[in-house]
Amino acid sequence: MEREKIIEVKDLTKSFGDFTAVKSITFDVYKGEIFGFLGANGAGKTTAMKMLIGISTPTSGSATVGGFNVFTQADLVKRNIGYMSQKFSMYDDLTIKENITFFGGIYGLSRKQIKEKIKQVLVELDLEQVANNLVGSLPLGWKQKLAFSVALLHEPKIVFLDEPTGGVDPITRRQFWELIYAEANKGTTIFVTTHYMDEAEYCNRVSIMVDGTIEALDTPKNLKEQFNVDSMNAVFLKLARNIE
Amino acid sequence: MGISVKNISKSFKKVKAVENISFEVAEGELFGLIGPDGAGKTTLFRILTTLLIADEGQATVADYDVVKDYKSIRKSVGYMPGKFSLYQDLTIEENLTFFATIFGTTIEENYDLIKDIYVQIEPFKDRRAGKLSGGMKQKLALCCALIHKPKVLFLDEPTTGVDPVSRKEFWEMLKRLKEKGITILVSTPYMDEAALCDRIALIQDGKILEIETPQNIVANYSHKIYNVASHDIYNLLLDLKSYPTMHSVYAFGEFVHYTDKETNFIPADLVKYLLEKNHSDVEVHLTNATIEDVFMELASSNKSN
Repeated sequence: MEREKIIEVKDLTKSFGDFTAVKSITFDVYKGEIFGFLGANGAGKTTAMKMLIGISTPTSGSATVGGFNVFTQADLVKRNIGYMSQKFSMYDDLTIKENITFFGGIYGLSRKQIKEKIKQVLVELDLEQVANNLVGSLPLGWKQKLAFSVALLHEPKIVFLDEPTGGVDPITRRQFWELIYAEANKGTTIFVTTHYMDEAEYCNRVSIMVDGTIEALDTPKNLKEQFNVDSMNAVFLKLARNIE
Repeated sequence: MGISVKNISKSFKKVKAVENISFEVAEGELFGLIGPDGAGKTTLFRILTTLLIADEGQATVADYDVVKDYKSIRKSVGYMPGKFSLYQDLTIEENLTFFATIFGTTIEENYDLIKDIYVQIEPFKDRRAGKLSGGMKQKLALCCALIHKPKVLFLDEPTTGVDPVSRKEFWEMLKRLKEKGITILVSTPYMDEAALCDRIALIQDGKILEIETPQNIVANYSHKIYNVASHDIYNLLLDLKSYPTMHSVYAFGEFVHYTDKETNFIPADLVKYLLEKNHSDVEVHLTNATIEDVFMELASSNKSN
């Protein structure tokens, strides 16, 4: 069975002056897949991700995301994906309801749709009691779970998660991954970066970027076999240590 | 005594950031505060480095009282806050010289202490701190915190957001500092780093859940933990959660960690149950607890109390 490709990247390159941050990377992501995008600090992950979400124009190569070209249809890319990062997710000084309304509006949902979504999100995350509390007053773990739901408001086919669980307590971190699993189970493609190597094991496939290139891409199981180690942490250390 | 904390509490308006915390860190010990964001780690650091006054309790650092002797403490501790706090528009060398001068010393005088770390950033010593990568900023901040040869070193989440390779290197540096006799209090949200400390305090919601050596924390864990695997992790999690005698179910890398309420639990029964739920490639076998297992067990029983 031929699997449907939802992200297609070919020879994608980004240079800043004479520094090449991303060097001709090529990979595909399939529909409904949880794709882990790993790499050391400074390996080029963020630069690559910025190109895929349509906020940075590549220097050369090609990429389509959800069928849209990142060079010529960046706006359509942005409209059709979900995105959440650890650094910015929601407005602390708006309430939970206001944040959902705001982001629903940004994504072009109708008033009626927004109303339904508010109800749905509050029930799903068990936040009905605190719907009118400021987001800033929520514990980090709750905030991140809510941010994930907000990134999914417009029911995108792909959602990009940039270190979604940094600093979150271990129980909430796992609850967050259960939300990811549930969403992938519905057919949504998940593109996720993380520094927690146990989370790399939860992905269907994992790519590891070293120094601007993709040095490895496979299922966690195959990567461990290939490098003859018993954890993704060891795979990562082996790969990232070998560069000089 | 390196650090002594007795019944320290601190609230901000209605939020109890730190609640009746006590612990001691011996001279030359590497002590870890392990807990997620919002656990109260930074508040505790700020109290111990004399930047914040506790509502209740006493604390000493290098045998100085944090309130009465705050000036002596400031001279004898190094503090690396979680947020990068050096001068972005000074170069590496200028930052280091600045901190050395403030403490009445020179880079040369204590060079042996920072040498291991400084040689890694020395090739870029004329670069402004604001232009450094995350890993290099972290190394510079550590050098600046060490330049006056402190007796006690405070490191607030030095490895947060840092990749596994740089994290490993950072902990190797800490080990070498410890060998030089410096008392170190370090906080981290990464449970795997806890194993590298002499002793750790697990902390959540302003309270200490347990203080022990990493080895004992794991050894004292009371449940038998099973690694469970099947072809479909998502449904495996759901099905395990509805197993009648389930005590806890947590995803752990390629396996799910499962504990049962019953002491006479029979793994074969669980295998049968999972096969009936249409799982294939089912595996159930005993495994060892990790610090993260213990943390989650303590945190969930703490919450339900």
